[in-house]
Amino acid sequence: MNLRRDVFQAIADPTRRAILLLVASQALTAGAIAANFDTARPTVSKHLQILTECELLEQKQNGREIYYHINAKKMKTVADFIEPFRQMWDERFNKLEAIMKNYQTKK
Amino acid sequence: MEQKTKIHAEDGKQELVITREFDLPLELLFKAYEEPEIVEQWMGTKVLKLDNKKHGGYQFETSDAHGNVVFRANGTIHEFVPNQKITRTFEMENTPFAVQLEFLEFEQLTGDTSKLTMHIVYKSIAQRDQVLQMPFAQGINMAHNRLQNIVNKLK
Repeated sequence: MNLRRDVFQAIADPTRRAILLLVASQALTAGAIAANFDTARPTVSKHLQILTECELLEQKQNGREIYYHINAKKMKTVADFIEPFRQMWDERFNKLEAIMKNYQTKK
Repeated sequence: MEQKTKIHAEDGKQELVITREFDLPLELLFKAYEEPEIVEQWMGTKVLKLDNKKHGGYQFETSDAHGNVVFRANGTIHEFVPNQKITRTFEMENTPFAVQLEFLEFEQLTGDTSKLTMHIVYKSIAQRDQVLQMPFAQGINMAHNRLQNIVNKLK
């Protein structure tokens, strides 16, 4: 899929946000990143591909290994927008909805 | 796909409006705001106090895995009309942010859908914009200041 990806679509996924968080503190290889998740390796690779396509992550060759770095400049544009705030509320409300649907069926 | 949660924040204003439509009857939506045990679940915070009445108030507290308190908030309830509206203040303790005023309106759309409109007024335009920029970190989880620190360093 070579469509230009949207940064906000990229950070809409909790696993991708967790990856950004992980790489924020230090550059890591795909293997080291995948080791932090229960998700299958190809799924993590797919997430890395999306984050790279949106330029939130950058790949740098170091010997035989490829390390993923966070692209701080791109991250700043994300942080300046309203979208993260909206997503925070969206997640809370999704949770509320799920809890109350369950509450409804229990009654 | 149309987004369920919408934020309307005009440039140069010290307020914003959050709207959300729920696949829930109005009563269930309101109950999620009324019952402390349910608030705890979807807000992801501990509810120390929730006194739902005029002149009432509330207090929330969130701790990290080590038991350190990472977030505390409180507010006063000015209006509490079941299935209609809640008017309250919201203050994050130990932060530079001033108290904010929140008007929550609950509406029935159909028998099993409802809508929440949350109108928030901040002390200043600058404060509103700061609050907007903050939650990228918070949205992920409470104990993850690293990313925010990195973003802050860029400013």
